[in-house]
Amino acid sequence: MTTAAPAPPRPQQLRRTRRRKQATLRWIVIAVVMAFFVIPLLSMLYFSVRFPLSGKWTGQAWSNVIHLGSLAAGDPADYGQLWDGLKNSGVLVVFTVVLMVVLLVPTMTWIRLRVRWLARVMEFICLLPLTIPAIVLVVGLAPIYRIVSNLLSTSGIWLCFVYVILVLPFAYRALDAGLGAIDVVTLSEAARSLGAGWGRVMWQVVLPNIRSAVISACFISIALVLGEFTIAELLNRNNLQTGIFLVSQSDGQLAVTMALAALVLVFLLLVVLSLFSGGRRSQEGS
Amino acid sequence: MTTALAAAPAPADRHGRGGRGGRGGRHVMPALGTLPFFGYVAVFLLIPTVIVVVGAFRSTDGSFSLKNLTALGDATVLSAFGQSVILSAVTAVIGAVVGGLLAYVLVTGSPRSVSRRIVTAACSVLAQFGGVMLAFAFQATVGFPGAMVTQLLHSWFGVTGSGSWLYTVTGLMLVYSYFQIPLMVIVFLPAVDGIREQWREAAETLGGSTWVYWRRVAGPLLAPAFLGSTLLLFANAFSAYATAAALITQSNPIVPLQISGAITNEVNVGHADVAKVLALGMVVVVAIVMALYAMLQRRTSRWLG
Repeated sequence: MTTAAPAPPRPQQLRRTRRRKQATLRWIVIAVVMAFFVIPLLSMLYFSVRFPLSGKWTGQAWSNVIHLGSLAAGDPADYGQLWDGLKNSGVLVVFTVVLMVVLLVPTMTWIRLRVRWLARVMEFICLLPLTIPAIVLVVGLAPIYRIVSNLLSTSGIWLCFVYVILVLPFAYRALDAGLGAIDVVTLSEAARSLGAGWGRVMWQVVLPNIRSAVISACFISIALVLGEFTIAELLNRNNLQTGIFLVSQSDGQLAVTMALAALVLVFLLLVVLSLFSGGRRSQEGS
Repeated sequence: MTTALAAAPAPADRHGRGGRGGRGGRHVMPALGTLPFFGYVAVFLLIPTVIVVVGAFRSTDGSFSLKNLTALGDATVLSAFGQSVILSAVTAVIGAVVGGLLAYVLVTGSPRSVSRRIVTAACSVLAQFGGVMLAFAFQATVGFPGAMVTQLLHSWFGVTGSGSWLYTVTGLMLVYSYFQIPLMVIVFLPAVDGIREQWREAAETLGGSTWVYWRRVAGPLLAPAFLGSTLLLFANAFSAYATAAALITQSNPIVPLQISGAITNEVNVGHADVAKVLALGMVVVVAIVMALYAMLQRRTSRWLG
């Protein structure tokens, strides 16, 4: 210690040089990795506005995406399938999100209130889909979906049942964090003692208090549903991704344009989500 | 379930709150509220899993048999598992190294900096980005002679490429890295965040060089988290199907593609069982990897919670 006495500014100096070195390294690494992320997306954009053989620029593919509905009427085999898949995915998003919220929020709240000993089981089951790949799940789902086809129909919209399972781990984590941040027991006791029924407790007390967690769960579910291909393809159901894949065999440009459009949509959705949740976390931290 | 019921009386029920006190079976009644959820999960998650596992051990007449498992000894299946393991391991290591480095440089900056927020937001988006759209993105980049990067390389350096390598397992390694790197950033960032600058200063005050600091302090602290994240990346790549299916249509070099091949071949007697055996093999691999991950995760939280 005594030998270090004549040089008190040393640690600060060290820190300063280290900071400078780290800043250079930081920008190089970020720039290189970001280039790797951005180039494929730019390539998609480039491909969507240019004919690869003649090299002519065109906005045709983008206008086709916008007018997909009328194109579909003229060509039911290809564009029709894509249009159908797009509509199915739209319905799937709504069904999956509603089903997810209706199944998870009351059950998770109820477990916190009355059946705490089930919390571990619930967590285990909700995280289980992470260890069962979709391609494995689909093998066991074939017989289940044969029954679904008989009871309901062979329409792609019933994929919502299995999509709820796929989003389970992500939705569970978001909702669990939300419920952990509020005092569910006191809130519901207060509401109950004021004469509210259980339905009212869920919809007017618990749900508004975990609104941001529910929104996160919904966003991640939407992104997952819009990008799902494996299960739809192997159960022979039609959704946005299978439609894009089908069209890519006859009209690659439209397929890439459609994929890019879907991607930008999901991208915006998830960026909003992550800024949103990031903002909330820093608020809680301060 | 019944043992758990007997073991843990629901504490919230002590006062018989909620107007249910009059009914019998106090401990069971509240649990009934979770029945819709567990019933749903049973139908769409547990039963399909049981179907796969049971199907893998059942002969054509329905009796228990290990005969199906011989499919795992088949040369093409063995090679598919080998290729899958190589693909997953290589992309896990690439993802872990590049993603780990990115996570580290993000942490050295200010935690509120714009660059950090943008990069983490982008990563959480890109880690979810896979499937057909990702396959198209790389096709448009290097997949054919007129693709953007291929074209640029040609006009700048005179390099010509057909892009056919993209449609092989080697190509998949590049494409998978696209979601592996961001995933690494997301799962590894909390661990790197746990490193205190004071530890480095302590090492420096005691005369340790940067090398000593990394080898003796930061390295051992981060190792479990790094290994655990790598395992998670491995499982992630091992389970991925859509991207590979969209890129490789002529053959089935990896396990997920073999499974889909077996499913679509269902008309051939016995192929459905092959799908189940392959699926079981995948679950076993992923389950082992995830169990190791959970173990390492626990170890990590001891120091870098």
